[in-house]
Amino acid sequence: MRTGWNVAEVISVKSETRQARTLRLRLPGLTGHRAGQHVDVRLTAPDGYTAVRSYSVASALPGDELDITVEELDDGEVSPYLVRQVAVGDQLEVRGPVGGWFVWDPSDASPVQLIAGGSGVVPLMAMLRAHAADGTDAGYAAPFRLLYSVRGPDSVFYRAELAELAASPLVEVTFIYTRTSPPGSSTPPGRLDAATLATSVLPPTDNPAVFICGATAFVETVADWLTQAGHSPARIKTERYGGTGTRP
Amino acid sequence: MSDRVSADPGYDYLDGNAAAGPLSELFAVDITGARGRCAHCGRTDVLATARMYPNSHGLLLRCPGCTEILLRLVDTGDCVRLDLHGLSYLELRRL
Amino acid sequence: MGIISPGFLGRRRRDDPALPPGQYLTESFPVLSAGPTPRIAPEDWEFTITTETGAVHRWNWDEFLALKQDDVTTDIHCVTSWSKLGTSWRGVSLDTLFESVESEAEFTMAHSYGGYTTNVPLEDLLDGKAWIAHQFDGETLEPEHGGPARLLVPHLYFWKSAKWVTGLEMLRQDEPGFWESNGYHMYGDPWREERYW
Repeated sequence: MRTGWNVAEVISVKSETRQARTLRLRLPGLTGHRAGQHVDVRLTAPDGYTAVRSYSVASALPGDELDITVEELDDGEVSPYLVRQVAVGDQLEVRGPVGGWFVWDPSDASPVQLIAGGSGVVPLMAMLRAHAADGTDAGYAAPFRLLYSVRGPDSVFYRAELAELAASPLVEVTFIYTRTSPPGSSTPPGRLDAATLATSVLPPTDNPAVFICGATAFVETVADWLTQAGHSPARIKTERYGGTGTRP
Repeated sequence: MSDRVSADPGYDYLDGNAAAGPLSELFAVDITGARGRCAHCGRTDVLATARMYPNSHGLLLRCPGCTEILLRLVDTGDCVRLDLHGLSYLELRRL
Repeated sequence: MGIISPGFLGRRRRDDPALPPGQYLTESFPVLSAGPTPRIAPEDWEFTITTETGAVHRWNWDEFLALKQDDVTTDIHCVTSWSKLGTSWRGVSLDTLFESVESEAEFTMAHSYGGYTTNVPLEDLLDGKAWIAHQFDGETLEPEHGGPARLLVPHLYFWKSAKWVTGLEMLRQDEPGFWESNGYHMYGDPWREERYW
């Protein structure tokens, strides 16, 4: 496990939405990472003031590169800098990747249910990408599903890639648009509820490994609904981002 | 990740996962995947499921069952101090 | 110190000669929670002072509000480096509460709903230096900021101003509270930068 702070170089940036951007970082000495892990990023101002924030890794890459996707928060201190100011060639101090529990390994043959609330899709995308990288080789057959609750089509991260993956046998993707539906959609926007959740996710009888990520309120509520529907708590792993959001 | 405190006051904590980085300065292995027993109520679960309260004075993990402190980490700049007395044991599986 | 992040300034903060060393001014009022926010209804609230001999002095919410109230304008300094100047509070002075208390103990431990504790020498609570505050900025103190009532000891680092305070325990000798037992200074004078052990 990598410990301590190391200097990473930003080798590419890619806009995901108007508010969010993916930064690809090179961490010298890194030899791959696990899907679901996160890194801590530390910024230092000229007077020595520091700010540290954690960001989930979005990628499933071998070697010394990894992606983080950062969403700019309205009153954020670090996110505006990472989304608006950081440029290719800049250096960032990074600790990790760390986190050995909220991870998915391709060696796990269980069906997988991913549930994302907004920016919580980031580590789940890493799992999906790991699945995509592995599936073609190993003929991975167990079902993979992603339920992605998001404000509207303009807020979707990895839109093109998800559309491609959703069209393949690798994963079934369900979007829940909470504020704005896509143009031409017959479904009005609305928040996720227990009934919709139950019909969209793999049933408890499949005994899926469930990963839920998003604001704490979203994650706790969805986890409760799942256990009430019969899913075993031992099969549910959560990554709670704290309080930027509200219930589903 | 969140830069601000919750709009929904009941959910103002983060995951124990988020403690992995700070704890990596003290432990050679990631203990967020270790099971720990709350010394107060006996609840035993993976530390990643504990509730981390965002506090710049120090890192706090609380038991999701009884809300007592499981561990407390204070970084004073030139030293890191860890109080584990809220855990009666930590268990890590060998793979 | 780590590498400088070009162009990163962080939250708006200013150096000011009026501030203790290492502090910055903030416009906001950061909330640092050490645990779940207690929700105490005024009818359930009480404040007690327990002396070293076990004598208990108790006030309920109505009795507390019937005491002499002070309006206080003061500066506050958090050990995590933010300071706010000219904050306004309303509360009961510890001088008023201690009028009826007989004690030879020189130290106290403040106890809060939710289990937080912090130690303060008695002489740092008296002579107009501390209050049990229930209003901030002219409004009822919100739970996130320590309401129904919090200890206010502005001449020490703000972790000593225990949120959700429910009582003071008189001690014959100084004992460390929640943060003091894990690296934070027993006394906490911002002007001498007494942050840690």
